Amino acid sequence: MADVGRIILLRLGLGILTLLVISALIFGAVELLPGDIAQAVLGQGATEETLAALRTEMGLDRSAPVRYIDWLAGAIVGDFGVSLLNQQPVADVIGPRFANTLFLAAYAAVIAVPVAILLGIIVALLRNTIFDRVANVATLTSISSPEFFLGYILILYFSVKTGWFPSIAKLSSSMTFFELLEATFLPALTMVLVVVAHMMRMTRAAIINLLASPYIEMARLKGAPGWKVITLHALPNAWAPIINVVALNLAYLITGVVLVEVVFVYPGIGQLLVDAVTKRDFPVVQACCLIFAATFILLNLAADVGAILTNPRLRHPK
Amino acid sequence: MNYFIIGYYALLIGGSCLAAHYKQRPAFLILFSLTLASFVMGIIGGEDALWAVTIAAGLLALAAGTAYSFREFLIVISGPQTARALRTAPLTAAFGMFVIFTYAVLGIFAPVIAPYGEAEVISQSFAPADENMLLGADQLGRDMFSRLVYGARNTVGLALVATAIAFFIGALLGMIAAVKQGWFDQAMGRVIDVVMSIPSLIFALLLLSIFGTNLVILVIIIGVIYSPRVYRLTRAVAGNVVVMDYIEAAKLRGEGMWYLIRREILPNSTAPLIAEFGLEFCFVFLLVAGLSFLGLGIQPPTADWGSMVRENATLISFGELTPLIPAGAIALLTVAVNMVVDWMLFRSSGLKE
Repeated sequence: MADVGRIILLRLGLGILTLLVISALIFGAVELLPGDIAQAVLGQGATEETLAALRTEMGLDRSAPVRYIDWLAGAIVGDFGVSLLNQQPVADVIGPRFANTLFLAAYAAVIAVPVAILLGIIVALLRNTIFDRVANVATLTSISSPEFFLGYILILYFSVKTGWFPSIAKLSSSMTFFELLEATFLPALTMVLVVVAHMMRMTRAAIINLLASPYIEMARLKGAPGWKVITLHALPNAWAPIINVVALNLAYLITGVVLVEVVFVYPGIGQLLVDAVTKRDFPVVQACCLIFAATFILLNLAADVGAILTNPRLRHPK
Repeated sequence: MNYFIIGYYALLIGGSCLAAHYKQRPAFLILFSLTLASFVMGIIGGEDALWAVTIAAGLLALAAGTAYSFREFLIVISGPQTARALRTAPLTAAFGMFVIFTYAVLGIFAPVIAPYGEAEVISQSFAPADENMLLGADQLGRDMFSRLVYGARNTVGLALVATAIAFFIGALLGMIAAVKQGWFDQAMGRVIDVVMSIPSLIFALLLLSIFGTNLVILVIIIGVIYSPRVYRLTRAVAGNVVVMDYIEAAKLRGEGMWYLIRREILPNSTAPLIAEFGLEFCFVFLLVAGLSFLGLGIQPPTADWGSMVRENATLISFGELTPLIPAGAIALLTVAVNMVVDWMLFRSSGLKE
């Protein structure tokens, strides 16, 4: 077990290193701005004095590496600076919205993961039948559709035509849990549709790969019944690929959430990011990007660690 | 009970009986499960639901028929070798080719096909469809149909250029890394790892916030963001080619790196690269559409499918389908490309399962 601990620590270290490089990239990207932030805020018409005053106020007169370390140290304790638009601390703007986004992603994941894995296994067992072909075309269509297409179709049929669910996700703190679930049902369903399709295809591929391996053939040849082959021989080895599939798709949810939030006017971090990009509110953009990238890396890391824990062969690298 | 419902079930049950009699297992399974599903749908949704099923089946049959005749047409007009390959193409791939062909015609001949200009205001905003306007007008009173046709040119064209840039950067670097190896290979590998660990949409948003939404910059940004995927594949494919004896022989002849890349590696890795081009195009296309939808991609008044959806989204709350047509056009093209790529991958994998 000491080995496992070391490998996981190594992966963690690698993840943190990647995150550091990315934070430098995110910070450095803004430095590429023609002129600087002060120039971008005040526009071309600003006089030299006002520019200099703003630079001192924002600390832009210090050198870039110093500001980067300052920014990073702040980011680690949750202080992302001040929004250029309304002078509010970025953390106060992001905090509640990030919670909303996490809620939406978790809602979608709770529905999508079991459904996708179950369907993926069923389709893998029924491979090359007509159901498999139909499922293949259906999932392909779902993956190929932009998120906003699925979202608007759901709005059209489940909100406008039938009136079952609200088309705009309005949240308020006085809502009970079930009201919350109802209000966010359509955005969650949109993400479920996309993620289920992805996850199903990947699960199917993983299981089919597994069923082609020699020990499965051996089990069949020695006369084990079909359900026993699946539960005793295939499933224990399937956990690693399945955990991988789940983590990768949850990471995919992170990007899908941006478009879905805009479609449903959901008060999450994705919409905030899009707004900040249009209004060129750099501190907010940097903070949102860092949060998204960190979540993405964390989930990929989880996929790696999960694979190591469930696959003994990875625990003893050659 | 009316004649439609009686006819509907008679057709389904009769069809399943025939399929069972002639031992057509897949046809029987699909017809009979459709019958069973229809019972449930008929109870919940009434006659409307059954009409929807009928229309869907009709459309499916139409698509299959189109795909079949298009494949036969391609077989007739192409040379013997291509014809043999085309005969093995499944109907889905033929359908994909037909869709791509249609989009290409629409895009190339857009000014001829579209009745009005893409920025031409011809009526009131959101005017309903009439004999002049096939699909009605958009939020500024421009003809929706004309804008759709021009969108085929603008959106698809932009995605194509961005994919080409991604390919140029990724494939070139990948092949150089495979030939040179050593520190260049190692350094590139690390850089690519970092770029790929940022979600592409987020990365695009970050860069767009800095450089602004200029068309040239947009294309370059998307190209750069997607080049790592191409790099990985090219590096892997070229890595397998580089160890071949003929490369060794060429090196001993004293050939330079450019010769190796151009004359030895590139011709031997085209098949997977072409398939990857299709896949890559789908990703890029969806990203372009997403960015345009967010108002950060192609800027008005240029017609573009993503922004058309956003601009006309208010119509959806009145139960109108028109704003969904551009979104559907995006989905249809992506599905089509995917279907063709599936077939090409299947062929290049040596017809394995």
